[in-house]
Amino acid sequence: MGDELQLSNISTNELEQCLKCTICTAYCPVAAVTPFYPGPKHAGPDGERYRIKDAKYFDEKALKMCLNCKRCEVACPEGVKIGDIIQAARIKYSTHRPSLRDWTMGNTDLVGSIATRVAPIVNMSLKLKPAKAVMDMMIGLDKTKTMPSYSSQRFETWFKKHALPQQSKYTKKVSYFHGCYVNYNFPKLGQDFVKLMNAIGYGVSLLDKEKCCGVALIANGMSSQAKRQGEVNIKSMTESVSKGMPVLTTSSTCTFTMREEYPHLLQINNDKVKDSLSLATRFIYQLVESGKVNLVFRKDYKKRIAYHSACHMERLGWIIYSTSLLKMIPGVDFVMLDSMCCGQAGTYAFKKENHDVASAIGSPLFKLIEEVHPDLVATDCETCKWQIEMSTSAPVENPISILADALDVEATKALNS
Amino acid sequence: MAQQEYDVIVIGGGITGAGVARDCSMRGLKTLLLERQNLADGATGRNHGMLHSGARYAVTDAESAEECIKENMILRRIAHHCVEEHDGLFISLPEDDLNYQQKFVESCRKAGIRADILDPEEAKRLEPAVNPAIVGAVRVPDGSVDPFRLTLSNVADAINRGADVLKFHEVIGLIIVNGRVLGVKARNNLTGEVKEIRARITVNAAGIWGCLIAKMAGININMFPAKGSLLVFGHRVNNMLINRCRKPANADILVPGDAICVIGTTSDRVPIESVDDMRVTPEEVNILLTEGAKLAPALATTRILRAYAGVRPLVASDDDPTGRSISRGIVCLDHEERDGMAGMITITGGKLMTYRLMAEIATDKVCEKLGVEAICETASTPLPGSESEAPVAKDGPYMYLFNVESGRHGCRQPHIERDSDGDRALVCECEEVSVGEVKYAVEHQGVNNLIQLRQCTRVGMGTCQGGLCAMRAACLIGKLKGNICEAQKDLHKFLQERWKGMMPVGWGQTLSEAQMSAEIFQGLCGLKDKNFN
Repeated sequence: MGDELQLSNISTNELEQCLKCTICTAYCPVAAVTPFYPGPKHAGPDGERYRIKDAKYFDEKALKMCLNCKRCEVACPEGVKIGDIIQAARIKYSTHRPSLRDWTMGNTDLVGSIATRVAPIVNMSLKLKPAKAVMDMMIGLDKTKTMPSYSSQRFETWFKKHALPQQSKYTKKVSYFHGCYVNYNFPKLGQDFVKLMNAIGYGVSLLDKEKCCGVALIANGMSSQAKRQGEVNIKSMTESVSKGMPVLTTSSTCTFTMREEYPHLLQINNDKVKDSLSLATRFIYQLVESGKVNLVFRKDYKKRIAYHSACHMERLGWIIYSTSLLKMIPGVDFVMLDSMCCGQAGTYAFKKENHDVASAIGSPLFKLIEEVHPDLVATDCETCKWQIEMSTSAPVENPISILADALDVEATKALNS
Repeated sequence: MAQQEYDVIVIGGGITGAGVARDCSMRGLKTLLLERQNLADGATGRNHGMLHSGARYAVTDAESAEECIKENMILRRIAHHCVEEHDGLFISLPEDDLNYQQKFVESCRKAGIRADILDPEEAKRLEPAVNPAIVGAVRVPDGSVDPFRLTLSNVADAINRGADVLKFHEVIGLIIVNGRVLGVKARNNLTGEVKEIRARITVNAAGIWGCLIAKMAGININMFPAKGSLLVFGHRVNNMLINRCRKPANADILVPGDAICVIGTTSDRVPIESVDDMRVTPEEVNILLTEGAKLAPALATTRILRAYAGVRPLVASDDDPTGRSISRGIVCLDHEERDGMAGMITITGGKLMTYRLMAEIATDKVCEKLGVEAICETASTPLPGSESEAPVAKDGPYMYLFNVESGRHGCRQPHIERDSDGDRALVCECEEVSVGEVKYAVEHQGVNNLIQLRQCTRVGMGTCQGGLCAMRAACLIGKLKGNICEAQKDLHKFLQERWKGMMPVGWGQTLSEAQMSAEIFQGLCGLKDKNFN
C-alpha cells in the first residue's frame, strides 16, 4: 500500500501546490495600491489554512477587495487557483445578506428587463448629479461613476424582428450567448456580431433559454441564484451543442465564468459544452487560420487602434485571437497596450467603498491611453469599456464591432458563400 | 568561578522543568532553571501536542487515564490560550474488534472520562475526513495543546515570581560533598564559561538526559529511550482528533493543531548515545503514512511539511532488575532515600499532559525536604495569557491577524503593537506573524534567536518552512538586538534545522519548496556553509 501513497498532492483549487513564492501578489492590481488588501497569496492559500481551522479567521472585508481579475492565477507557476480559493471562501463563509445595492447590481437580468422598458427615464436619472448624490448616500453607489445606460429596445427583440427570418438560409449555424450587456445596454454589439457571422456564411440563432451568466451574482454574494441560472444556461447550451451548433459569445467575462467558474465555484458540470463554448473572435480566427473563411476589409478604413487586455482574457489566454484578427485589417495602426487591470472589475468600481482603490488601479492605464492617443481602444470586456470611456477621452469598441465596421461585407460574402 | 545561591536548581527546560520552576517559585522558593539548549528542545517539543482525555490509556493504564482527565480539565482552565478544545473520535475499522469498543467505553467512564458512542454516520458528519469505512466511533474530550506555548507560559510565570532562567547552560557536573548534592557545575554553551551554582536542593527534570545527570552523582536510573516519529501535514484535514479504538499501536493518532495536523507515532528503542540527533527513517515515514491513511484517507494525498522525532523517557520500575516492566506513569525519585544521596530528586516518566501534576509531586517533595509549608496553587492559578478571555475581532481591518495573535497570546494580545502599517506588516505570512508580534517576543518574552521566536510565534512552521520568512525574522531580531552578524549565523542554523525536517519527506511540493528556499538563500543571498563552520 505504501507505494501508492503520496504520488500526488490533491486538494481543492490546488491549495497545496502553493510554494509561497508570492509572485501572485507582485501581479495583484489591488495589493499594489492599498495596504488593506493582503494580496492573493495571503487572502488565498495562506488564509485558507486558517479558515479550514475556524471560520473566525474569515476576513470578509479583506476578501471583498479582491477584483476576481485572476491575474494571480495567470502569474502562478504552480497552477494554484488562487482567485477561486478566495471566491470560494466568500461563498462558503459569508454570513451577510446582500444589500439593496448589491442585489440590484447582481440581478443584471431582472433589473435590465425592467429598465429597458423605461429606458429614457432611467438613463436620464442615472446621469443626473442629484440622483447620483442620493444613490451614493443611500445605497453606496459611487457618485463619480455613471452607470451604463439602457437601450429602449432589447437585442432579443431586435433579433426576432430583423434578423431571425434571414438565418434559415445558412446551413452552417452557431448559437449566440449575447449576455445582459448586449441585451439591455448595447444591442449594437449583437447586431455587429450577426452581421459578421452572416458575412462569413454562418447563421445565428439564440439559445432556447438564456440567463445572466451569474458573474455579478457571485461577486455580490448571491451564488445560489447564480447556480440556478448557470444550470439553465448549461442545459440550453447542451441542446445547442448536441445539434452541432457551437455557442459563441462577445463577452470575455461571461465566457470565462461559464467555462472556468461554473465547475469550481458553483459545482456545475460543464464538460459537455466547454469545448464548444467560445469567444467569437477565437472562433473566427480559427476559421481564418485554417483557411475555411476569408475576410476582406474596406480600403478606406483607417484607424489607430490600441488593444486593452481584459483580465479574464489574460486568464483565458485568448488575447492572441482578438489581436490577430484586428491586425488583419490593413488600415489599422495597431498598438498593444501594456497589460493592466482597468479597475472596473464588473460591478466593483461602482461601489462607493471601492472608489479609491479602483481609481488607483486604473490610473496608469488611463495615462497610457492618453499618451498613445488612439482613435479607438479595443477590448473584449464590456466593463473595461465603461471604465475606460468614463476615465479617458478614447471611445472603446469590442473587436467584433471593429471587424464588422471595417469589413467589406459584399466581398467577404462572395468569398465565403 | 562565580558562585550563586538558590533554594532550588531545576535541571531541564522542558515542560516538566518549567512546571517545577513555576511551582517552586509560587511557593516562595528562590529558583533557578537551567537548560542546555533552547527551552522545550527535547521530547516536550517533539510530540503530537495532544491534550489527552486519558481515553487512550483507559483500558491499559487506569491510573494514567485518571491523571490525564483531571489535568485535561485543569489545563482548559489555567492555559486556555495553549489549548484547543475540539474533542476526539476513537474509531473502529472493519478489521478492529468491536468488542474492544465496549471495554473501552466502560474503562473510560470508570476513569471519569466522558465517552459517547456515536453512530458511524453521525461520526462522519461531525468529522468528514474520517475513514468512511468506520464501523464504530466514540467521542471523548481529547484536544490539542501547544507544548511550546505551554512551556514558555510556565517559564514566564516563574520569572514573574522571581525565578532565574539560564538557557544554553549545560550541567557538566554536580557539586557533591559528604554524600550530598550542593549544586551544579554549569557550562555556558555559547561562551564556554563554567560556573558553580549552589542550591539547597537540585531537581533533575532532564527527561531522557536525566539518567546522565543521575550518573554524575553515581546514581543509576534505568531508562529506555523510546524514539517516536511524527509527520506534519500542510493543513488540517481533520478538525477533531482521530484515534484508533484498539490497543495503542503505531501511527494511530491524528491531531489537528494550529493550522496543521500531525500523525504519529512510531515507537522504537534507541541507544542513549543517539538521542541528541534523531532522524526519521524512510521505514518510519512509510508506517506513518500507511497507518495514517487508515484514519483519514486524505493523508495519502496531502502535502507533508516535515518529519520529526522525539525520545520518550521511559523508566523501568525499580523493583524489576530486568527492566522489562516499564512504567508510563510519573516517577519521582528521592535519591536520599533511594541511593543515600541527599540534596537531589529526579522527576521523570509521565507525559506532557501530566506535567503540572509531576511538578506538584516534585515540588511537594522539595518543600518536605526544605521544611517549607506552602500548598500547591498551580491547578487554580491561570498561566500568563489565560488570566482572562482572549479578545476576538469580528470585523475591521486586519481582523484575521488580530485573531491569530489572540489565539497565540491569549489575553496578552493587546500588548502587541499594531497601530502602524510597519507593525502590522507580516514577517511570516503562512502563520500570520507581524512585525509587532516579533517585537513583543523579543522585548517581552526573552526571545534571542529564531528557534525561540518560532516557539513563541510559529515563525517558519508553516508551508514555506522559513523559506520566505526566516530572512525577515532574522533581520528584525538582528536589528532589535543590534547584532546583525549573530543574526546571520542564527539564520543559517535555523534553516539547517528546517531542512533537516523536510529531508525525510523530500518529494513533490515539499522538495520544490526546499529547492526554492535553497535557491533563495544560497543562490540569491549567498548564504554559504563555509561562512559558519
